[in-house]
Amino acid sequence: MVRDIDVKLLTDNIKEMCIEATHYLSPDMCAALKVATETEESPLGKQVLDSLSENLELAGKEMIPICQDTGMAVVFLEIGQDVHFVGGNVMDAVNEGVRRGYVDGYLRKSVVGDPIIRENTKDNTPAILHTEIVPGDKVKITVSPKGFGSENKSRVFMLTPADGIEGVKQAILTAVKDAGPNACPPMVVGVGVGGTFEKCAYMAKKALTRDIDKHSEIPYVAELEKEMLEKINNTGIGPGGLGGRTTALAVNINTYATHIAGLPVAINICCHVNRHAVREI
Amino acid sequence: MSKRIVSVPLSKEDAKSLKVGDYVYLTGTIYSARDAAHKRMIETLDRGEALPIEMEGNVIYYMGPSPAREGRPIGSAGPTTSGRMDPYAPTLLDLGLRGMIGKGKRTKEVKDAVVRNGAVYFAAVGGAGALLSHCIKEAEVVAYPELGPEAIHKLEVVELPAIIVMDSEGNDLYETATKQYQRD
Ligand code: SF4
Repeated sequence: MVRDIDVKLLTDNIKEMCIEATHYLSPDMCAALKVATETEESPLGKQVLDSLSENLELAGKEMIPICQDTGMAVVFLEIGQDVHFVGGNVMDAVNEGVRRGYVDGYLRKSVVGDPIIRENTKDNTPAILHTEIVPGDKVKITVSPKGFGSENKSRVFMLTPADGIEGVKQAILTAVKDAGPNACPPMVVGVGVGGTFEKCAYMAKKALTRDIDKHSEIPYVAELEKEMLEKINNTGIGPGGLGGRTTALAVNINTYATHIAGLPVAINICCHVNRHAVREI
Repeated sequence: MSKRIVSVPLSKEDAKSLKVGDYVYLTGTIYSARDAAHKRMIETLDRGEALPIEMEGNVIYYMGPSPAREGRPIGSAGPTTSGRMDPYAPTLLDLGLRGMIGKGKRTKEVKDAVVRNGAVYFAAVGGAGALLSHCIKEAEVVAYPELGPEAIHKLEVVELPAIIVMDSEGNDLYETATKQYQRD
């Protein structure tokens, strides 16, 4: 049975989700920050983490965005194959949702219409829209406003099969160390391994939307996530990059089949303001 | 431990007394400027014209706020990455700029200019925009209004928390602090 969904529903939800995501972090993120505050050894690091918890509380209570960089709006739509959109164009509806969210929600407009000419579009559009076709008649919407302090530190490495898992570990550590204080640690590190050049980058981005208290279902990947988190925390970068034991809160890794000749690895660095709102319609 | 409050603009003596790793609270007047405003200021100087704000003794906060809700002076107001201002900062420091607030590492050129001029570089907590917003009591656009969030704002701040990450002798917390907590 085909289910009709009016694209206005996308607009209304995305508007609210832009505001929600920029003012409240998901419970797994808040919990991880709390734990880190208790375990951090560096006094300065502890002070930074305390400020972050206080900041989160204030943001929600007084409706001031958690961070002034309210990001570029990345929207994922997982569309059930039995869904039929009516009432307009999907891309327009998504952009309208972002426009209303950023204008009505007092969010910062951080998008320029052309990468070289660089004029601000003044409403934070266009969004980055990723769609996937999935079974069913529902649409899962994920809105993930992405700040660029951390985005700028993200990397893609086209490794060779001989580099193997050690190469993957090196690539992750290289990206994290290079990000250092610029990416507002404690970070969340999204990693894509395999696929093609663009697929691994997409997987890395999507990995950031996974709850940080959940590990990969593939045993060796789950192990790798734990090992890399420890290695990253051993760099000593710490909260705010001011030294400490909490450099990352989680490493989320997604994998996919790849070509016999390649081993693509993408690392999407995110700050502690790892924002995403999720709804199903 | 009592709070150490430092008044801004920053006197030469105060700048000298601040040591790397100190956690201080700034009270007084500072200015916001980020990428586009810095580019404009340098272009202004290149044309031989005067800057829209005085540099001597002042502190620039690398920050572009989110819009203010009614009844508030400013929206979320945390630091942006300082490194993008590195090509411009030495010129401003040589004109008397005494402090910068941002986040992240700086180039050797900036460090040299900090030492040469007895200036300091502060970090504000990245991603604590709501908290920092609360320390800003008044905000007024004083130059380049057409740049929106990137305009230069004059900010009246009360106890804005900041950490000295580079002092006037060029000691760099980002270089030293990490080592202390590194494990193999
Ligand atoms: S990296 Fe994250 S926390 Fe830091 S300024 Fe950007 S969005 Fe905010």
